[in-house]
Amino acid sequence: MTSIVEAAPYTVEEVVERFDPVMGLEVHVELNTATKMFCGCRNEFGAEPNTNVCPVCLGLPGSLPRVNARAVESAVLIGLALNCSVRERSGFARKNYFYPDMPKNFQISQYEDPIVFDGYLDVPLDDGTTWRVDIERAHMEEDTGKSLHMGGATGRIHGADYSLLDYNRAGVPLIEIVTRPIEGAGVRAPEVARAYVSALRDVIKGLGVSDVRMDQGSMRCDANVSLKPKGTAEFGTRTETKNVNSLRSVERAVRYEMGRHAGVLLSGGTITQETRHFDEQSGTTSAGRPKETFADYRFFPEPDLVPIEPSDDWVEQLRAGLPERPWERRARIQTDWGLSDEELRDLVNADALDLVADTVDAGAPPESARSWWVAYLAQEANTSGVALTELAITPEQVARVITLVSEGTLTNKLARQVVDGVLAGEGSPDDVVAGRGLAVVSDDSALTAAVDEALAAQPDVVQKIRDGKTKAAGAIVGAVMKATRGQADAARVQSLVLERVAAGS
Amino acid sequence: MSDITREDVAHLARLARLAVTDDELDVFSGQLDAILDTVGRVSEIDDDVPPTSHVAPITNVLRADEHIPSLDREAALAGAPAAEEGRFRVPRILGEEL
Repeated sequence: MTSIVEAAPYTVEEVVERFDPVMGLEVHVELNTATKMFCGCRNEFGAEPNTNVCPVCLGLPGSLPRVNARAVESAVLIGLALNCSVRERSGFARKNYFYPDMPKNFQISQYEDPIVFDGYLDVPLDDGTTWRVDIERAHMEEDTGKSLHMGGATGRIHGADYSLLDYNRAGVPLIEIVTRPIEGAGVRAPEVARAYVSALRDVIKGLGVSDVRMDQGSMRCDANVSLKPKGTAEFGTRTETKNVNSLRSVERAVRYEMGRHAGVLLSGGTITQETRHFDEQSGTTSAGRPKETFADYRFFPEPDLVPIEPSDDWVEQLRAGLPERPWERRARIQTDWGLSDEELRDLVNADALDLVADTVDAGAPPESARSWWVAYLAQEANTSGVALTELAITPEQVARVITLVSEGTLTNKLARQVVDGVLAGEGSPDDVVAGRGLAVVSDDSALTAAVDEALAAQPDVVQKIRDGKTKAAGAIVGAVMKATRGQADAARVQSLVLERVAAGS
Repeated sequence: MSDITREDVAHLARLARLAVTDDELDVFSGQLDAILDTVGRVSEIDDDVPPTSHVAPITNVLRADEHIPSLDREAALAGAPAAEEGRFRVPRILGEEL
């Protein structure tokens, strides 16, 4: 007896000949607040297990939650960036379920009155067009703990003998952003899904309220997919695919589910409403637990937390401070700096755009700012194995180095030594210049003395110069540069050499 | 009259992880019916009355995003029936349900 294998999925092109796909995307974003949503424990990734826990996030009897003000602010910012309305009065609710990742046996979430609702995001697609994704709501809730499944072969929950729980993540502020059904994307549905999550990530990163690292779980996507026969109105049964933790996986998961649904439906089967688990390796999904029906969560208002009423003034103040949309900012920067598409892409890929922009804001010309970050500093970061953004030099310091070069205090070569000094922790660029004695020797009398000395040491060269072979002066310039340890302006030395030879004849 | 069946009671009991005997299913379905009928009278009121899930006229009770020392891990784990590798140990998760 062979195991039952699902029919080979259809390609997206084949699917859309018969069906219209409908998607709903739920994205969870962990906020980067200093502390948790309802208690003062640290919100940090990678701490020793159960070192950031307290009676509140462990659900101990008698403990009471208190709402983190910055988390509310972040939620409103995300809502405003997604063109949402902010609810005048918003409250928390208990979502009840028994599962060891939530020690209280309920999760504090929001139910009927999410903090922000009814928005949209215009998502840039690969071909330069935009796709409007309507946002139904975004609400505040708390993250769950992390389970480690022991025993069994796979480390998965299936076949495990018991599980170990780390509650450091329990209570970390989460914003869940829910789209309205995305219809009409047809063959582009997988791309639209990926582009939406990508745009959402960029927007939230621009707000600075989350690290939005899909690889670390600070941004997670659940993709709901259903198919309906072409031209019909009623939605088909949907599945919800979880564990989709990269942009590429979002696209693959939607594509796979479209093909799988079509396979089941065209062979006369029915789709079971269930949670599915995406497997990165194979690019396929497998059935998870059947979804509890919504009523089973028995939501009710959280009695321990009073409502939130954001004032209009505060909301308008936050709205006024919203940053530009990342892709609009990139387009503006490209024009302002006169970059080719490729140059812009290089900057973005190198994670250097913000650094260069900050360097330009600190007074440096775009061309030199860009050159420092993508060439010398990128190389330094690469050599020392750190991210460009983690180098021990600030955009302001880079701008200062560039100014010192343009003022003639430093040559490019000296400037690199100054940067090395800053990276080595020797202080600001000016500290390094002073500490290492790196400024260009611009004192003509000192330079003249060095030139005379070099001329005296090489009378044969002097003769060549006298004979009109001015190129020979290069040897003297080299000697002077060596004597001044590179701290002279070579062009100035060159003219001094010619002057002194002429004066001596 | 609401219609809380024995099956409803059994389902709710399972969601709440309560062990309910066969006899109790009858008792509770009758009691829950009466409770729902009573509470249901609220729906006779005009629906322009704002809900009062919180009776105190207080809003926006917020905490600054500042660290408050957590428990020592030993203290946190001390009350747990079992712990291992600095983590809370719990019985098998799947398969514990009916």
